[in-house]
Amino acid sequence: MRVEQTPLRRRRSGRVIAGVAGGLADHLGIEVFWVRALFAVLAALGGAGVVAYGLFWAFAPQAPPGGREPETTAKERQQAIGLAALGVGLAIVVGLISSTVSGWVTGPLGVTLVGAAVVWREADETQRRRWKDGARSGVFGAIIGSGGGRSGLVRMLAGVVLVTTGIAVFLINSKNLDQLQFVLLAVFATLIGVAVLTVPWWLKLMRDLREERRARIRTEERAEIAAHLHDSVLQTLALIQKQADAPREVLRLARGQERQLRGWLYGPSGYGRGRPVNQAGDGEDGALGTLSEAVAAACGEVEDTFAIRVQQVVVGDCPLDTTLIPVVQAAREAIVNAAKHAGVAEVSVYAEVESDRVTIFVRDRGKGFDPDTVPEDRHGLADSIQGRMGRHGGEVRLRTAPGEGTEVQLEMPRKLTKEAKA
Amino acid sequence: MTSTDGQAAPAKAPVRVFLVDDHALFRAGVRAELDSITSEIEVVGEAGSVGEAVSGIAHHRPDVVLLDVHMPDGGGAEVLRRSRKEQPDVVFLALSVSDAAEDVIAVIRAGARGYVTKTISSQELVRAVCRVAEGDAVFSPRLAGFVLDAFAERPGAAPISDPELDLLTPRERDVLRLLARGYAYKEIASELFISVKTVETHVSSVLRKTQLSNRYELSRWASDRRLV
Repeated sequence: MRVEQTPLRRRRSGRVIAGVAGGLADHLGIEVFWVRALFAVLAALGGAGVVAYGLFWAFAPQAPPGGREPETTAKERQQAIGLAALGVGLAIVVGLISSTVSGWVTGPLGVTLVGAAVVWREADETQRRRWKDGARSGVFGAIIGSGGGRSGLVRMLAGVVLVTTGIAVFLINSKNLDQLQFVLLAVFATLIGVAVLTVPWWLKLMRDLREERRARIRTEERAEIAAHLHDSVLQTLALIQKQADAPREVLRLARGQERQLRGWLYGPSGYGRGRPVNQAGDGEDGALGTLSEAVAAACGEVEDTFAIRVQQVVVGDCPLDTTLIPVVQAAREAIVNAAKHAGVAEVSVYAEVESDRVTIFVRDRGKGFDPDTVPEDRHGLADSIQGRMGRHGGEVRLRTAPGEGTEVQLEMPRKLTKEAKA
Repeated sequence: MTSTDGQAAPAKAPVRVFLVDDHALFRAGVRAELDSITSEIEVVGEAGSVGEAVSGIAHHRPDVVLLDVHMPDGGGAEVLRRSRKEQPDVVFLALSVSDAAEDVIAVIRAGARGYVTKTISSQELVRAVCRVAEGDAVFSPRLAGFVLDAFAERPGAAPISDPELDLLTPRERDVLRLLARGYAYKEIASELFISVKTVETHVSSVLRKTQLSNRYELSRWASDRRLV
């Protein structure tokens, strides 16, 4: 058995910045301290930790409410804040010392990032509230929040100001460019600023769309199940109630309905297989269906006609072709014979598809008969089974004796060209 | 076959059976049937959910648990997982209406000693319960078919890592084919000129391979079943 893994979701409670480290720790099943420490260390390497944290923040969804989340102590929280500060500090100091990022970028870029972080954190907060109230809102609401209150608004504005300032300082610092370049850069920088600020909204929009699509699929699915149950099961139950005094008819109805429902639930093209029920255009092979479908259909017809049980097992499967149709027809004839003459309530059918041949066994535990004493005028076995199989290169073996039951064995070689194609 | 069972029965204490099924109506039906037709089986308790089943099995320590495959909260496989560690001696026989190969194979791989469908006749159910109580496996024709299918050689199948577990012997294949054709153990024995005991050994060996082989990830095999 596979170990259950929690999907990557940012923690809702016990978070210091955005719950990324906690979420990662839950996902990987390790102590949150090590994740935070790793981010802090990575932050020293040219700010990689900060960037990674930001990416996780943007792309990992927040955990939905109601989930169980580990308790956090005040000490752990202090430790986490310390680590976060250490990480940011390291990123700046190392950045300044090594000058991998020159000072004029570090400054404005840092300010912009902090601003973005404030805005995003506020958007998270809004989402939490939205879950709580079940309220829906637009762009403004997603970022600022409908019931966020003044402090939320202030935090949000502060974030926007920080981002704007960062971008402005960056632009002012690059005044050694000519007019056109400056305008282009300004437009570009503004676009980036807007993009950064609206990231939470875009992500929310995408998630909402996905959620809506999923809900629609679920609804359709429910409708399909309801319709099916109504059309088949309820109708049959009504019929059974009407025919309550005719046991044979009740048996036939119940068995037929059972078969239909089973086909729908577990059949090769059935509901449980996760494929559409009516897949008509399945290429040339699909036109005839497969051997197992044909056997199931034949067994079903006989069950319906003679009110007996046909227990069928099919091993392997293959597309039905012109040499296999006679086998199925012969098998059907054998089942009919068993139903008519054997005097039993159940017939067993076993079909096996091998690479070079198809074998079908039809067996009952009924009266049996002496093959030598079958009257000349009874054509069922001779014509419908032996004749049919013989014409197509198949073989029939019969095992029976009075009182011993009957087993008809049908064997047909397979055309190998068909298989090579598949 | 009933006659041999009948001879052996009076000497032994009845097999203690515990019923697990989320349909109360079905439990009542099985209990009434078993009580009325035989004294070989005594129903000692029943449960309608996974939790009840686990505590009930721990409390009653039955010989055989008749286990429904489909139940809320994980179904029969979950009961098996939670009970088998503490109750390794209890034998489980899966009883289901499901025809889905993945359900059947999953419950066998979780440790059930056999699988029969709910439409089985009362006499056959009694026989199946006694058989698993004696440590043998019980394969319905359909389960035999599923197992044959799962172990079939087909192009693109995963390589054989352990021939002991990943392949059926020709004899085991013969036995399974006859089971799938609806033959009883006694009929298989006379067909293959072997003793009933040998048939039982083959079936138990197939059960062990079905439970332990990793070759096709048998529990999920049916979903990507290919045409031969």
